[in-house]
Order: sequence, then C-alpha cells, then structure tokens
Amino acid sequence: MKRENPRTKIFNRRAAMLVGGQIGLFGLLVGRMYFLQVIEAEKYKVLADENRINLRLLAPPRGRLLDRFGEPLATNQLNYRVVVVPEQTGSVAQTLDVIAHILPLSEGDRRRIMREVARKRRFLPITIKDNLTWEEVSAIAVNAHDLPGVSIESGSSRFYPNGPELAHVVGYVAPPSEADLTGDPLLELPDFRIGRNGVEKVYDLALRGKAGSSQIEVNAAGRPIRELARVEGEAGQDVVLTIDLHLQKMLAERLAQERSAAAVLLDVHTGEVLALVSSPSYDPNEFSKGISPSLWRSLLRDERHPLTNKAVSGQYAPGSTFKMMTALAALDAGVIAPETRVFCRGWVELGDNRFHCWKKGGHGAVDMVDSLKHSCDVYFYELARRLGIDRIAQMARRFGLGQTVGIDLPSERAGLIPTRDWKRATLGQPWAQGESLVAAIGQGFVLATPLQLAVMTARLVNGGYAVTPRLTRDKINGRQIVERGPETWPSIGVPPQHLALMLRGMHGVVNDPRGTAFRARITDPEFAMGGKTGTSQVRRITAEERRNGLRKPDQVPWRERDHALFVGYAPVDNPRYAVAVVVEHGGGGSTAAAPIARDILWEAQRRARERPEPLTRMAEKGTERAL
Amino acid sequence: MSLLGSQITARRSQMTLLQKVGQVNWGLIFLLTVLASVGFTALYSAGGGSFEPWAGRQMIRFAIGVVLMVGIAVVDLRIWYRFAYLFYGVALVLLIAVEVAGSIGMGAQRWLDLGVIQLQPSELMKISLVLVLARYFHGLTIEQIGRPHYLIWPTLLVLIPAALVAKQPDLGTAVLITATGGTLFFLAGVRLWKFGVIIAGVAAAIPIGWQFLHDYQKQRVYTFLDPESDPLGAGYHIIQSKIALGSGGLWGKGFMQGTQSQLQFLPEKQTDFIFTMFSEEMGFFGGVFLLGLYAVIMLYGTLIAMRSRSQFGRLMAMGIMTSFFIYAFINMAMVMGLLPVVGVPLPLVSYGGTAMMSLLIAFGLVINAYVHRDVIIGRRGHGEEV
Repeated sequence: MKRENPRTKIFNRRAAMLVGGQIGLFGLLVGRMYFLQVIEAEKYKVLADENRINLRLLAPPRGRLLDRFGEPLATNQLNYRVVVVPEQTGSVAQTLDVIAHILPLSEGDRRRIMREVARKRRFLPITIKDNLTWEEVSAIAVNAHDLPGVSIESGSSRFYPNGPELAHVVGYVAPPSEADLTGDPLLELPDFRIGRNGVEKVYDLALRGKAGSSQIEVNAAGRPIRELARVEGEAGQDVVLTIDLHLQKMLAERLAQERSAAAVLLDVHTGEVLALVSSPSYDPNEFSKGISPSLWRSLLRDERHPLTNKAVSGQYAPGSTFKMMTALAALDAGVIAPETRVFCRGWVELGDNRFHCWKKGGHGAVDMVDSLKHSCDVYFYELARRLGIDRIAQMARRFGLGQTVGIDLPSERAGLIPTRDWKRATLGQPWAQGESLVAAIGQGFVLATPLQLAVMTARLVNGGYAVTPRLTRDKINGRQIVERGPETWPSIGVPPQHLALMLRGMHGVVNDPRGTAFRARITDPEFAMGGKTGTSQVRRITAEERRNGLRKPDQVPWRERDHALFVGYAPVDNPRYAVAVVVEHGGGGSTAAAPIARDILWEAQRRARERPEPLTRMAEKGTERAL
Repeated sequence: MSLLGSQITARRSQMTLLQKVGQVNWGLIFLLTVLASVGFTALYSAGGGSFEPWAGRQMIRFAIGVVLMVGIAVVDLRIWYRFAYLFYGVALVLLIAVEVAGSIGMGAQRWLDLGVIQLQPSELMKISLVLVLARYFHGLTIEQIGRPHYLIWPTLLVLIPAALVAKQPDLGTAVLITATGGTLFFLAGVRLWKFGVIIAGVAAAIPIGWQFLHDYQKQRVYTFLDPESDPLGAGYHIIQSKIALGSGGLWGKGFMQGTQSQLQFLPEKQTDFIFTMFSEEMGFFGGVFLLGLYAVIMLYGTLIAMRSRSQFGRLMAMGIMTSFFIYAFINMAMVMGLLPVVGVPLPLVSYGGTAMMSLLIAFGLVINAYVHRDVIIGRRGHGEEV
C-alpha cells in the first residue's frame, strides 16, 4: 500500500471531512434540543398541559330558601334526561325506534337528535329527552339491556314548592345575561341560573356558593381520559326568611278571591315580614324551566300586572289610612287639642271650592278620636287648613312614607308625600291650599305602597320606634351570613300620649259599633284588632255626579272603582302584628279590605300560640334558638 | 507489500461462504440492533404499551432484514459491481412504471403493487444509484474526474431518477437522491469549486423551480417558515412536535408517560415523529443518546469505507452511510422545527416495512464492503488480486 492511489488519498480526506461535517450537524441538533428541552422546557410544559388538561367547573348546589320554621320555599330538584352516546350504540336510528316505544318522541325530536349526532363527536352524549317523569326514568332503566349507549343523566333545577303563593317574595332564577357577568366563572356554566327577582336576586351571592373545579385530562380529540385533580366548591348557603309559610299561603288564598290586591303582615317590634302577597301572581317554576313566549306575553298584557310586586311597588293614594299622620302632625304642632270638636255638616268651602265629607249629611261635632272612628273628612280638612302641607309631610316621613323603607326586595318604590318645595320643583307651580285639604285625607298627590302603610302602622303601635321591614332571619352581607342580634330601633320622636290617642281612635274604628270597620272586628277579646279603613278615589268625583247621586260600585267599570284599603294591628292591648291591605278597585275599605286584615291577624295570633319558635340559620345547623 | 500479505489477501478474495460469514462485521450489526431496539421500545410505547400494532411487526421485519443483510454481505463484491447498471436500469423502469400506471397511495404515486408485495421503486433507486455511481467513478482516474465532460453521464444518472421522483411528487426523496449523488461526486474527488458553481446555479434556479411546486409543497415551506400562522392546519404538526420535545425536559416524562404522544396530540408518532415521542418520554438525555448512537454508526461505517481497498467498495459504503446520515438528519431536524416537514422517516426506528428492508439491504452492502475489504477490482471491472 505504499504507492497509495491519489484517489484513495482524496477519498479518505473527503470521507473524513464528510463525517466531520455530519458530526458537526449532529452537534447543531443537540444544541437545538438543548434549547427546546432545557432552556425553553418550562414554556413547552405549560403548553403541553394546556393541551391535555381541561378545567371543568363544578356547579355548587344553590342554597335553599326556607320559611321561618324551616319549610322549604325554594329547593333544588333533580331532573332527569335520557342521553345516548353514539359510539356506544350500534345505530342511533334503531335505538331511537326502541326508545319511541317507551317515550313519546316527535319527528322534530328525531331530526334534532340526528342532526346533533352528525355534528358532535361520537363519544359525546346527546340529549334525547329532558325533564323525564319518574315513570319514564324507570321504564328506560328496565329496558336498559335493549338500549346500549343510552343512559339517564341528572341535572339540578330550581323548584318552588309553593309556586305562585310566594313568587313575589322569592322571585325566580334565570340564565345570566351579559350584564350579569362579573367574572365569577360560575356564571359561564351553560346551565347556571342567577337570581333574577325577589330574594333570589337580592341574596344571590350567598345562595350561589363558589364553583369547584375538576381537572380532566383529555386527548387530542377532546375525549376525557381521567380526572387529575378536583377542588370541591362551596355549596350555596341556605337563607331563612322571616316569612311564615302558613300565614303567607292563607293571605295569598284570601287575596286571590279579589281581582287584584296586595297585603303585608309585619311583626311590629322586629320588622320581620311574616307574609307579603301581591295578587294575582305567577308560577316562578315556569321561569326556571324557561318560560314559554306565549305565557310571558300573557303575563305582560294582563291589566292586573301579575309580574309586579304590588306590595312593594304598587303606589296607591292611602285615603283615610293617612289620617293618623295628619292628626299627629296637628297634635305635634299644637294646632288643636284632642278634645276640641269640629263641626261637620258634610262639606267645607275653601275659596270657590267645596270639599265634601264622605258622609253626605255630615258627622256633626267630632273630636279627634271620633273623627278617626268615623273617618270624618271635614275634621281633617280643618286640621289641614291650620297646619299647611309641610308639617303633615314632615310627620308622614317619620313614619316611613314618601321614601323607600329599605326592604330586601328589588323594585321597592318610594311613594309620594308632597310638599310645597316638591310641587314647585317638579310641577313648577305654587302649592294651593285646597291641595293640603285633599292630602290631609290621603288623596291627591299622596301615594304610598302597602309595605309603607304596614310600616306606618307598625310604628304607630310599637311605641313609636322606627322599625324597618326585613325578609331574612339573619344578617346577610354578600356571601356572609351572620346571626342578627336583638335590634334596637331609634325613636321617631312622637310622644306616647299622642300615639295612645291614635290607638284609641283605631280601636274604635273596629270595635265601636259606630266605627267604620265594626263588621270586620275580631270578636274574641284576646285577639281583638284595631285599624283604619281607607277608600281612595281613582278618579275625581265631579260636582254633577255628586248632584245626581253616586253610582253603586257595581255600576262602575272595574278600573274606575275606588281602591279599598285597611291598616290594622293586633292584639289591641299589646300590639304585635301590623297589616296593610290594598284591594285594587275593591270599593270600600271596610267591606273589601278590613275582613282580609281581620282574618290574617286572627290567624297570626292563633298561630303564635301554636308554634312559638322560629328558626335562624344557626338553628339549621343544629343549635336552636328561641326568639 | 510483503509476500505474506499478498497471500493473505489472495486468500480473502477467494473465501468460502463460511469464512465470509466469519468476516461479517458483527459489531456494526450489534449497533444496528441497538438502534432498532430503541425503535421497538418507542413503538411499544406508541402502541399504548403493546406490541400491537407496531412493535411486534417491526421486530419480525428486523429479524428477516438482518438475515437478508448478512446474505447480501457475503455475496461477492464483484457481483454487485457487475450488476450495478442492471439494478439501476430495473429501478428506473419501475420508477417510470409507477409514473405511468402507479396505484394511488397517500395522494401521490409512489407505490407499485406487484400483487404479492407493494414495491416502492424510489427505495430501490436510492441503493442502485449509489452502486452505479460507485461503479462509474471507480472506472475514472483522478485526471479524468477533473475533466467536466466525464461528469455529464453521472449527472444524468442522478438527475433522471431525481426528476421522476420529484414528479411523483416526492420532493423529499428527490432531494435525498440528489444529495446522495452529490456526495459520491464529492467523495470521488470532483473539485470543490464545481460544487460551488452548481450550488450557485441551484440557488439561482429556486425562484423558477418554485413555480413548479405543488401547492401543498409550497404550503409546507410557508408553514415551516412560520408554523404559528396556521396552528390548527399545516402548522399543527410542527407546533405539537416542539411542544412534545420541549415539555419532555431534561429527563423526559418517563416511558409511556408522554402526554403529547399518548393523548394523540402528536401526529404520526410511530413514523415521522417517533424521535419526538422518544425524546418527550426520555428527555434531552434520551435524545442525545439516540443521536450519539447514530454518530457512532456513522463513524463505524466511515472507517469500514476507508478500510476498503477498492474505490467501488469505498464509494459504495460511504455513499450508503451518507444517505443514512441524511435521512436521520433531515428527520430529526424536521421534528425539531429546523427543516420543513418533508415526510422522511427516522432510519431503523420509524415504523415501516419498506424503509426497514431497504436500509438493511443497504447496510448489507456496507458490511459487504468490509467482508471484501481486500478485494481489488480493476479499472475495467475485472477482479484483480494484488
């Protein structure tokens, strides 16, 4: 090999160059791998995890709503649906044929299912039918062996066992709208429901709970492989309402006998709302199922406004139920002594106008207690003339009128207590003295909600404390629920002897044979109630009508009839309950509204003996506390 | 050269079959077996911890292939020399046959269905080309190589099959054939400046050639240049491959624990992207081990080539080794995002019968060059003994 061929030399040199170059290129690959697998490793690890891990939110069960004794007012109900997983069944069409023997399946259902089968991945379940009855569920289960790939899934939906009777208190839930999205990931769950009205809305955060999460490993096609980790959420908390379901139902039934009415029953010391009804109502279950457009339209069109909670947002002229305000203002201002008599001949004249008393012939000479008992308008015209509107308004505001009282319900309205300034500011006109006279008997500009009238009554009879109404037994602040300690209300600054006069008058209204509501009295002396009737005109009575004699109520179209009002309390010696009843276009307060108040006050007192211990949320957790 | 030495060599050229088997380079076969075993392991993992459907079949093919390889190694080197043009001619006819009457597979005409087996003529051509070029350059003196007109014929030998394969269209293989051919020109001693001229010429021709590329080929280049531009479409492969590699980290996710591979995010994990899968599960160190294995095999093959005393044997062995390297490099550079996705398998590791067989046949020729390292073939092709 000494005479080595030059070709061999060249070959060896070039082969060495080649293999050297190859090793060099491999070095480049090692460098690239170092870059990817060591330097950038963290970034790619994150990307790989993003690929494979699906974060699935776990919806916590929504807290229940309970009445003061723990009766469920809103619960979660399992609903069942039958689903099919296409890849686990031989032929979806065949499977549907079998199921059609068990459940009614329409052509439309079948088309929708086959469309979904074509569109979705084959391992994803497709809903065949929702909201199955228990019979249907068991029929599917019995035939399971004929139905490969078919299974029953359950979901949770809100259920209101008492339906319309509590609709305006509990409200309802609905899918969140764009505006509700606050960043809570729960809201983005497809079947999540948010409180849309009533207590469901006001205490939504506490009821909602917190989302849990489950990390699911998925493959490239999105098929779940296994669960990697699970964080349990927090179940929504139960909220105990002050409502007494029994009284609520009774009041609802009572009001349902009228065309359109609202009433509120309060505990005068605590402000707890025991019953709050607006009638007619609607079934909140329709909303959690998804209300049908036709039902929605008919609810909207109904002239009796079933969707409106008239107890807190219906504003009515309070009529004679307002007279205590005028009387107290007069006492406060010292413009009249209680025993001073005013002569009522049926009307008074002011300028060119004649202001009539409801009683055509007049009441004769009446003092303050008599004027309340008989509801003599002329007496109060006289007070108004001496007082002026502003002093009346100032007294009314102390009793919670003309402003929202702060109940925990949405869409509470403020009513209206007019003043000189108010009229100038809103209407641009000076106050006319005649308007004071009208306002003094709760007509004209004056407006109040049934809730405000109940609060007013409570403050009249509880010794003059500014009690405010509330719907929950515990104090709820966002997600926090804490027990409510005994509450002390500020005094409204009305001397007890003035209040005692009002109570005497209101006692007489019901219990004096000549009182306007004598026929609606409670005969059992232990349970006796006091109160004040009110009849508020929806339209002004013209002079001509007055001359021709008033029409009988049943001759007047419903919409033009007077509203019937009654505010009452019981028991008379040591008042504990206050009630306000408004029957829209019900005619007279004594005939339409007072009997309702009587029934509910009687039942509330009877029940207090029978069932004295309500719940708090703490009781729910095992420690009972008597009120 | 001593008399004794010439006697030994003379003996070697007339070895019995048994002697030849004794001369087979078992060290190289061992390295190839280690490499193939890496492949079996990866295929076992790719099958979700099962020999089905890939690992088992691959092992059987490898066993058959090794027997074939030894068989090829002991056939006299001069036989391969003599029939080089015949093999080339057959491969070329088959390539044309594919072009004319090829059955459709994977959207491109690459396979010829011979009833019993499906033949991929381009695989045959890769080996035949090395043989025919080795034979041609074997017959040239260094002076002749310096003269350009002696290079016309071998250039045609390279470009005709390359053009046919490119037309199939299989751009990756066409590039491989051209590169392998170029390597043999280089090893034969063609002056470097001539390569410079060719490279410059090709660079100038790229804009023209671009217009002849299929849309999907253009798309692959675009996607290579910016994979994120199409993360769910064509760029998906590269992005997922890089994620798999990178997330493997230094030590890997563990055997059969690669989330990208096992959860099907990585496409073609048993074929083109097997290196990615291996490195995802075995990490940077696993990948470097595999690269090292390839490097050792290449060094080994280079030494075998250098040991050969015939120019034909040298060129054949080195040509095959370089082709092997190009395959491995393109595949790995591709899955790391350094080269466009061209559909080149990782030699001896990727799942695939045809590639396995042709690789082992080629290594049979490398070992053949070792067994016949002292056989000298005359310039005119007659066996000579020193």
